[in-house]
Amino acid sequence: MAVIKAVLVLGLSGALFGGILALASQKFHVERDPREDEIAQLLPGANCGACGFPGCSGCAAAIVAGDASINACPVMDSECAARIAALMGVESGADTEKKVARVFCQGADDKCPPRYVYDGLRSCKAAHRLAGGGKSCVYGCLGLGSCVDACMFDAIHMGPDGLPVVDEAKCTSCGLCVAACPRGIIQLVPISQQVTVLCTSRARGAEVRKTCKIGCIGCGICVKACPQQAITMEDNLAVIDPEKCDACGICVEKCPTKCIVMRDSVPIVAKSAC
Amino acid sequence: MGKLLVIFFGGVLLNNFILSRFLGICPFIGISQRVETAAGMSAAVIFVMALASVVTWFFQHMFLIPLGLEYLQTICFILIIATLVQLVEMVIQKTSPPLYQALGIYLPLITTNCAVLGVTLLNVTENYNLLEAAVNGVAGASGFAVAILLFAAIRERMELSEIPESLKGFPIALITAGLMSMAFLGFAGFRLEALFGVM
Repeated sequence: MAVIKAVLVLGLSGALFGGILALASQKFHVERDPREDEIAQLLPGANCGACGFPGCSGCAAAIVAGDASINACPVMDSECAARIAALMGVESGADTEKKVARVFCQGADDKCPPRYVYDGLRSCKAAHRLAGGGKSCVYGCLGLGSCVDACMFDAIHMGPDGLPVVDEAKCTSCGLCVAACPRGIIQLVPISQQVTVLCTSRARGAEVRKTCKIGCIGCGICVKACPQQAITMEDNLAVIDPEKCDACGICVEKCPTKCIVMRDSVPIVAKSAC
Repeated sequence: MGKLLVIFFGGVLLNNFILSRFLGICPFIGISQRVETAAGMSAAVIFVMALASVVTWFFQHMFLIPLGLEYLQTICFILIIATLVQLVEMVIQKTSPPLYQALGIYLPLITTNCAVLGVTLLNVTENYNLLEAAVNGVAGASGFAVAILLFAAIRERMELSEIPESLKGFPIALITAGLMSMAFLGFAGFRLEALFGVM
């Protein structure tokens, strides 16, 4: 008798709860646009958050809802963008050129010696807050690898000289390393940009000379030498306009501190993320 | 009032669900890498444990006790909690998308959590009335929140510390959890009944 009662009570309550859930799932059904899932499939699925939405599904929902543009995802390539555009029934924007992260500092320890021995948390942010960091240049790379930790695509590693090196084939220009660097040394540049001033120091020339052997001293030789007038001085720092630069390499030769660098490797095209 | 305070502080400090009763260890270890996610999880646990305490109390006193089926409470409570969490998830997905964004992903994780089941069974063994059961639910979950938030903060800090290679990750986390548990044992000497005038 007791067994029957137990089976009845448990069976009935189970059926009752099942019924309640079935009813509730009908009553509280949330309409989902089927395109949302399809777009989420096309997105890279790294959930890096570079688009500003919570993960790739969040980005897909925003694209369907019209809150985000078709190419909201900076990581995906143009092929994926075109397929998403086709799904949404609109033309995708002009082919945006792939960007890559570049490290704007060459001040390894032998060129820019440390000011003090830093022995704190292995985080650039923490080091930066401790009296401006252990590097003698307050603009220079602290070399603790916060950008390496931030990268979700295994595209950035510490080189032998203690400076981060970007693997341009793997870089997706998501911008996580840019945000992780407390000094703003990592910036996104078009992949075709050949010549870059690898320094961010806005200090005066004499100061730069004291602290770093390979920093921009703001001498202006490159500005005068450039036949395209592509270089300007901004706060003691040479800035190259990638639109005007034709990669002739004169500035690279003339620069007295060798802080202007020509990228020698041929651009490697990353594999499609689709 | 005194007794409710005893139940509350007892649940948070003396009989902390994670560090003294060792219930709910899986989310404690699994979802404690970041303080933000730990906070989301804590909110979901507080919500579900309070609700589960109340609903199972009614079930216990309206069905199980009159029918003399108290021995079925464990399996029934599992059923109720799982249903309840699924139902709540559906309701907030429909009615409050922002709340769903904050709690949604954590809710399925606690459908069959032992801390939730534990609090409802403790309500029965301690013979709590409805209000006391609800307070015990909130207290147990608050204790869970205190423990997981502290632990997540420690783990975030440890990520940046130099830890011997073999101890990185879970080993050091488990050692930390053990040390925290020992620290919480210090609360065991408190006599809350005397403090709040309940004898």
